[in-house]
Amino acid sequence: MLAEAGLAALWLAAALAVLQLLLAALALRRSEEALAAVRPVAIVQGALVIAAMAMLVAVFWRSDMSVALVAANSHSAKPWLYKVAGAWGNHEGSMLLWVMILGLAGGAVAWLERRLDERTLVATLGAQALIALGFYAFLLFASNPFARLDPAPPDGAGLNPLLQDPGLAFHPPTLYAGYVGLSVAFSFAVGALVTRDVGRDFARAMRPWVLGAWIFLTLGITAGSYWAYYELGWGGWWFWDPVENASLMPWLAATALLHSVTVLATRDGLRAWTVMLAVVAFSMSMLGTFLVRSGILTSVHAFAVDPRRGAFILVLLALYIGGALALFAARVGTVRQGTMFDPVSREGGLVANNLLLSVILGIVLIGTLYPLVAAGFGVQLSVGPPFFNKAAGPVALALVVVMAAGPLLRWRRDAVQAVVVRATWPIAIAAFAFAGLVVFAMPIGVLPLLGLTLAAGLAMASVAPLWGRNLRRTPLFIWGMVVAHLGIAVSLAGMACDAAFTTERLIALRPGEATRVGPFRVTLDGLSPRVADNWSAVQARLTVERDGTKRVLFPQSRTFTDPPTTTSESAIATLADGQLYTVLGAADGQGRWQLRLWWKPFVTLIWLGGMLVALGGALSLIGRLRPRRRTAEAWA
Amino acid sequence: MRRHLLWLPLAGFLALLAIVAGGLWRPVDPTVRSALIGQHLPDFTLPPLVPGKPGLSSATMRGQGPRLLNIFASWCVPCIVEAPQLMRLRAAGIPIDAIAIRDTTPAVQSFLRRLGDPYARIGDDRASAVQLSLGSSGVPETFLIDGDGRVVRQYVGDIRPDQVAVIVAEVKALR
Repeated sequence: MLAEAGLAALWLAAALAVLQLLLAALALRRSEEALAAVRPVAIVQGALVIAAMAMLVAVFWRSDMSVALVAANSHSAKPWLYKVAGAWGNHEGSMLLWVMILGLAGGAVAWLERRLDERTLVATLGAQALIALGFYAFLLFASNPFARLDPAPPDGAGLNPLLQDPGLAFHPPTLYAGYVGLSVAFSFAVGALVTRDVGRDFARAMRPWVLGAWIFLTLGITAGSYWAYYELGWGGWWFWDPVENASLMPWLAATALLHSVTVLATRDGLRAWTVMLAVVAFSMSMLGTFLVRSGILTSVHAFAVDPRRGAFILVLLALYIGGALALFAARVGTVRQGTMFDPVSREGGLVANNLLLSVILGIVLIGTLYPLVAAGFGVQLSVGPPFFNKAAGPVALALVVVMAAGPLLRWRRDAVQAVVVRATWPIAIAAFAFAGLVVFAMPIGVLPLLGLTLAAGLAMASVAPLWGRNLRRTPLFIWGMVVAHLGIAVSLAGMACDAAFTTERLIALRPGEATRVGPFRVTLDGLSPRVADNWSAVQARLTVERDGTKRVLFPQSRTFTDPPTTTSESAIATLADGQLYTVLGAADGQGRWQLRLWWKPFVTLIWLGGMLVALGGALSLIGRLRPRRRTAEAWA
Repeated sequence: MRRHLLWLPLAGFLALLAIVAGGLWRPVDPTVRSALIGQHLPDFTLPPLVPGKPGLSSATMRGQGPRLLNIFASWCVPCIVEAPQLMRLRAAGIPIDAIAIRDTTPAVQSFLRRLGDPYARIGDDRASAVQLSLGSSGVPETFLIDGDGRVVRQYVGDIRPDQVAVIVAEVKALR
């Protein structure tokens, strides 16, 4: 019954999306009744699709094996968290989650947005309905999550054991919230193009949505990076894997959009560019969804793949993005030119930031898709870290310089000399760090050296906007900028430290033998078997000693029975100044066990920085949503 | 002029779409292409495993005409499935050498007694060292070697019945 109710809710929501689209079209032809009806329809549509998702979670919760999706992906004996998370730990359920967030966002826009011109808002909701409609069709015709199975099996097939990790419960909803949040920015851009109303109100209405999506993307990427780091047992934190890139590209575009929308909201400049970025940002999330779901790129993320579904998403991508870009080309020429500004100014700094972010985005896009182009010419290849690091690394460092300088610049017009004076302390700190590294830490590579130097300068420059301010009266969005920029400095320092100072040791030890890695003495005390419901493991006991302080670590080599897979469960000691990362390998048949040990000084800063960036975004969002004070008005 | 530039993003997007669509509709080619194709076999010398049958070295695989090099193991189930096809290839007059991976003499003897013995020589690769140097990641795999000891083709997985005639033709073409 619940499954049928869910399916009915989904059909009704789709019907309302059609209605919403028609009403929006009528409203733009100046029908007052239609204008008044669009908002309620969008809210009800959102409520219905949330209900459909709730029904799916309910059938997973009750382990209703007569629903095909539950039978294929769940098991009655699973812990409750994985039963619930199992609802989106598969293709159909995750697409329903995607649409649910889309409906939720559309409903929220209809409910909350009061600043925008009513006609632009209605056009926005029409665009949102059009996007939702495509995905409803995809769900109902190609990926029905509520399909029944007759006869029902006695129990389910279970969830892939590798996915039985608390991270699964939170990772997809977080990233999806980011992906789909950008759809709102896209709809705002389309709405504004339709009514030719690209201006400060449009930017102010769009900004919280971009900011919200960007916070979720930041969190999703940070968490995904840490998850890959501890779960895969390879000791790396970013692999330039296509699916990772699929989440990085929307983030880069959203970061650029976040900054250009500020220029539009504050100074009424960069109109066409901001609209373009809003389209690009959502294109990147759709492209990401497509790359992940179609399986045309080889990735460590093994999803169930079906080319028919890939084709469906591709058609949606072509219609929406192609349509939006055609609208852009036809309309943006008629949008009035925004305010002009001097190259040396806050606006100029933000334009430089946008250009550099776009270059990095281009590099990542080309690197990700190049294997596809090459395959078209019959060449099989993969593009990996050597390309991405060399190509994107220097651009990213240049971006850091701009980032440090940007907040020190004044709006509209500034003098180079005055900027240099304001930047004295950051430059001094960076020079000091550079000298210190050259004297005490060489040899380290050029990129890590520059990275640490710039991180020091950026950290100093980030807090500079707080100098001379009454901290309690400083608006929250300034704090947000400070914290987010500081987060980038912290993260950059972590990346550079990891690249510069990591020591690695691959060694085979007999029980009782010891080795050294970095400042640690590591002893293999012994091995013991471990058994759980669906896996068995060999577990090593390692005693780790530094300066007389001992810790015990238990890395495992785990074998799952169904499906048969072996995974390394790394054991990590987190200390104030870094992490000791240990992985147990195979036995060599002569009583020795392979151990892989890394000492990674300050590696934790990478994720700490990521969380600071997200926190900065959250502060900024709260600051923007709270009623303005006069100080805020002066800076907005 | 400036108006025309506004269509550039759409053009770029359509190009991107074409690339991606091309990738989606291109038939998937599961063939693993060995980096060794066109190269001489790496140097190796393996001792015999079965009494009365010589071992195998890369030097002796040159100058004897085209032949197959089969990588197998008695403990490997797909190798059992593959055995009849190898017997047919042998019957078609194609010489087959073999490398036995991580195996023992009695096990291989019993394997050959049960399933037939198509092999001219069998090298004993206890540690998979030669297998790895050939770029082979599993059993069974078969390499087609030309008269100069160069690798022409690599077949990953068991040779299926419908492949036999193709392989015979390929070997004939090399003669």
